[in-house]
Amino acid sequence: MATKISARNLSFFYGSHQALFDNCLDIEERRVTAVIGPSGCGKSTHLRIYNRIFELYRDQRASGELLIDGVNILTPQIDVLELRRKVGMIFQKPTPFPMSVFDNIAYALKLHFKLPRKELQQRVEQALRAASLWDEVKDKLKSSGLALSGGQQQRLCIARAIAVEPEILLMDEPTSAIDPVATLKIEELMLDLKEKYTIVVVTHNMQQAARVSDNTAFFFQGHIIEDGPTARIFTNPKQKKTEEYITGRFG
Amino acid sequence: MIIVRTDSIFYWLCLICAALAGLLMLGFFVQLSLSSAATWREFGLGFLFSRDWDPVANHFGALPSIVGTLCTTVIALLIAIPLAFAAALFLVDAPPLIAGVLSHAIDLLAAIPSVIYGMWGLFVLAPIMQEHVQPVMVDVLRLHRLPLLGRFVGEYFNGFGILTAGIILAIMVLPYICAILRDVIRMTPPMLRESAYGIGCTRWETAKDILLRYGIRGVLGGIFIGLGRALGETMAVLFVIGNLMDMPEDIFSGATTIAATLANNFAEADGLQRSALFALGLVLLLMSFAIQVAAQYYLHATSARRGESRS
Repeated sequence: MATKISARNLSFFYGSHQALFDNCLDIEERRVTAVIGPSGCGKSTHLRIYNRIFELYRDQRASGELLIDGVNILTPQIDVLELRRKVGMIFQKPTPFPMSVFDNIAYALKLHFKLPRKELQQRVEQALRAASLWDEVKDKLKSSGLALSGGQQQRLCIARAIAVEPEILLMDEPTSAIDPVATLKIEELMLDLKEKYTIVVVTHNMQQAARVSDNTAFFFQGHIIEDGPTARIFTNPKQKKTEEYITGRFG
Repeated sequence: MIIVRTDSIFYWLCLICAALAGLLMLGFFVQLSLSSAATWREFGLGFLFSRDWDPVANHFGALPSIVGTLCTTVIALLIAIPLAFAAALFLVDAPPLIAGVLSHAIDLLAAIPSVIYGMWGLFVLAPIMQEHVQPVMVDVLRLHRLPLLGRFVGEYFNGFGILTAGIILAIMVLPYICAILRDVIRMTPPMLRESAYGIGCTRWETAKDILLRYGIRGVLGGIFIGLGRALGETMAVLFVIGNLMDMPEDIFSGATTIAATLANNFAEADGLQRSALFALGLVLLLMSFAIQVAAQYYLHATSARRGESRS
């Protein structure tokens, strides 16, 4: 299986505080990789390097290399807007834009593509179908994205991310603000989406990691303690720390 | 018992203070209406649309003052809103030290008495306008016959007039609008901003399409505060508007505003003229009211459309 993303000695700093230490991690293409670990272990921080979203903040800095398809995206020559099209991100809480359901997706499309009206409509529909949201919203495309339920809002955000034809989807605890039934739908969606996209999901929920992921990386205090196939990590962890975490002894 | 009594006294005290605001408002209306009754009897609604202001012939019309007020206000907002928005965007993300110094500087603009703005306008801005700004505008906009803008630029200029007044007003309302926009941008959830950047928005796209839409209530609130101030500002305008009781022909024309007309004429007015001035005052009050109501209505409509009632 091909490697899509490869972190090489990735470190991260909030001001003078170092949050990640020489992270090395390979992420396989078209697989779901779960990133687990206790709160504050740096798993979200790690994810936020992948689309360089951390650069919005003045005192945050990454060092090392992050290769996507073999290209280090941490160099200044990289077109960040194009990078963020290729690497979509889903957040802990749904973040629909304050506009209609249709426009939420059309807006993202218009940022990156010049499309005739007709094709725009088709692409919006495709994206909503891909996020298995179409049947629920096809009659209210013109109503506000903020009027949907939490689970629907999150799938709207997923639809928005996949509308612009990304290759990678980053999900930062995508179901932490959503009820169990809606969570299940999003997990099913993730299994569908991995046919086309490489998915990296940060999760607090170890059952979720076990259900949806092919590979798992365990973070602790900014270090990657262990990574490998999910089945092995959960049944036969090599590190003592990993075992303690997945058996619920801390975290 | 004593506690209960003082408590109820406090209650009534508060109630009286609250009621006072309402009574004052009502009082203004009644007094302005009564004092201007003669004008309405004499000219009816024609007062609003008449261009003449002729104390000798005892004929009065409000149109030049109303038009002058609206034009200066519109110019002020056209200049102040983009400036305030850009400044607010910068201040929110700027390094703390720079943001602190500049924020205070902008806030202090609001503390400058308006008569100072007027003097500055008279002695500094008007000459600059006359020597440097207006000739260039005539060259660029009028002589090249730009279809829309060219029409607003006149041939004659002397540094005073609607544009100069608009610029002064813009500087005066800037701190109000900027302060509110700054808060609006700060209160946008970080995750929403991040998700805009995360989809590939530039800073400008995030600002205009996401932050502005998300904070539309606050943004409009800020603009209307600025608007209210610009409508009623008297002293600074008086210095630079030219005080001509004529319909402005272009943005270089000398003109007057309602507030300037009132301040200029009350001293020597009596009879019907005095009543006409009260009528102008009533018009100004109603204009401010109408804007407030329109703003409230608009906010209500947009919040319904955005589905805020449900979330």
